[in-house]
Amino acid sequence: MLSVKGLHKSYGKLEILKGVDFEVKQGEIVSIVGASGAGKSTLLHIIGALDKADAGKVVVNGKDIHRMDAKELSDFRNKHIGFIFQFHHLLPEFTAVENVCMPAFIAGKSKKETEVRAMELLTLLGVEQRASHKPEALSGGEQQRVAIARALMNNPAIVLADEPSGNLDSENAAALHQLFVDLRDKLHQTFVIVTHNEELARISDRTVLMKDGLIVLD
Amino acid sequence: MSFYLAAVLQALCLGPLVLGVYLTMKVFRFPDITADGSYTLGAVVTAIGLVNGWSLWWCIPLVVLSGAIAGICSAWIHNRIKVNLLLAGILVMTALYSVNLSILGRSNVPLLQYGTLFNWLTVFRTSDSNTLIIVTCILCLLISFMTYLLRTDFGLAMRATGDNEQMLRALGVNTARMKWIGLAIANGLVALSGSLIAQFQGFADVNMGIGVMITGLGSVMIAESVVLLFGIKRIAFVLLAVISGMVLFQLILAFSLSLGINPVMLKLVTALIVLLAVSIPQLRVYGKRF
Ligand SMILES: Nc1ncnc2c1ncn2[C@@H]1O[C@H](COP(=O)(O)OP(=O)(O)O)[C@@H](O)[C@H]1O
Ligand SMILES: [Mg+2]
Repeated sequence: MLSVKGLHKSYGKLEILKGVDFEVKQGEIVSIVGASGAGKSTLLHIIGALDKADAGKVVVNGKDIHRMDAKELSDFRNKHIGFIFQFHHLLPEFTAVENVCMPAFIAGKSKKETEVRAMELLTLLGVEQRASHKPEALSGGEQQRVAIARALMNNPAIVLADEPSGNLDSENAAALHQLFVDLRDKLHQTFVIVTHNEELARISDRTVLMKDGLIVLD
Repeated sequence: MSFYLAAVLQALCLGPLVLGVYLTMKVFRFPDITADGSYTLGAVVTAIGLVNGWSLWWCIPLVVLSGAIAGICSAWIHNRIKVNLLLAGILVMTALYSVNLSILGRSNVPLLQYGTLFNWLTVFRTSDSNTLIIVTCILCLLISFMTYLLRTDFGLAMRATGDNEQMLRALGVNTARMKWIGLAIANGLVALSGSLIAQFQGFADVNMGIGVMITGLGSVMIAESVVLLFGIKRIAFVLLAVISGMVLFQLILAFSLSLGINPVMLKLVTALIVLLAVSIPQLRVYGKRF
């Protein structure tokens, strides 16, 4: 599903990733933990083709992303990767359901079909009654659920989440974590989640510890 | 009265420019100064065309194309050399000054004796009514085009790019492509305005673009306040509001002239109107707070 080999990345003289190797199987929830500044976000961005590695290989679903040009990379992110960040990053001028539709519209899918699927996802995530609200009208937990629905829109191979519950209170965070497990069970969805939350690390299938640009514990 | 009519006509000729400025504000949340140069470029290309007797059917597309190329230059500098858009725009605008001057040959070319778009069609006896009809038709076409464009998936991604570029990249939008297409369309529109104004005023001047982007920005700001105030949602109406913003703008300028303000002070008045327009949203916030 996902295979990362010998990733190196530096910003100027500062070496952030020093040869990261990492495998994820279909339907797994893998959490990445580690001190802040360890390079977790950098790793996630490279896996999701938002950033380029200096050396190494990332293969998602049999596709080597370092061989792709800018257009293919955009297309790859759109079709195969779902991103969830610490902040929901919903677009303020669009409603919840329109936000969820966005990846499908970008892919050029038909409006009708897309809206039906968006409503299904919002229902699956328990926020269907907020579909026509703008992001500012939603609570933090609801915003993050809508962001998850958006990440799932195009049936991505992998959902990459960077501290998805970092901005939520413990109750909402626990509900969100349960949601990841449910989605894994129901949709066989693969997740790679960077987190500081011990409970989320505990309920994932595997936990990976990053330290000084390397994976030290698997 | 015809004094105010002239102001309205001038505003309508500036309509494509406001639509262009609106588009850049949507895609970038940031005004593009290339406009000052591509506006003059549109006028200059028109002047060359009219003087050499080119058909308007060729001339107008060439005007739009030249503006689009100017926009693409700015986008290229911004995307490829990673220069911020403000600087990229200033560079292209500065370069265009020389380009415009060398194409035009001298700093001002009168066009009154040539057949322009506005005396090509004669529906009404008075030339003002003719101009009004022709400009209105052009604006209707442009508004339809922009409404269609902004509603397509492509336009949606374009609008959303301005909201949150990082997220749109994560969702799989090639934001660099959005930017160069956005700037090309916007500057094509701006150049068209330069052409219309040159034909309307009867001359092309290498300095005519100075501060024109600010005028467009002021109109967009006025429109944004109106759109917020009345909760206007439909894109076509928003675009209409944006053009009306320019009409209001030009009327205020005409009014201040009629009060006897020295024309030298006109740019100062322009700056004050824009300042007022950008402070309206702030005033609304204060109004709510106290
Ligand atoms: N675009 C960038 N330019 C320069 N340094 C960066 C950039 N992005 C991240 N870094 C640096 O890389 C290191 C690792 O960052 P990051 O991957 O965000 O760590 P984590 O997510 O584990 O907290 C940090 O020291 C950070 O300052
Ligand atoms: Mg981080």
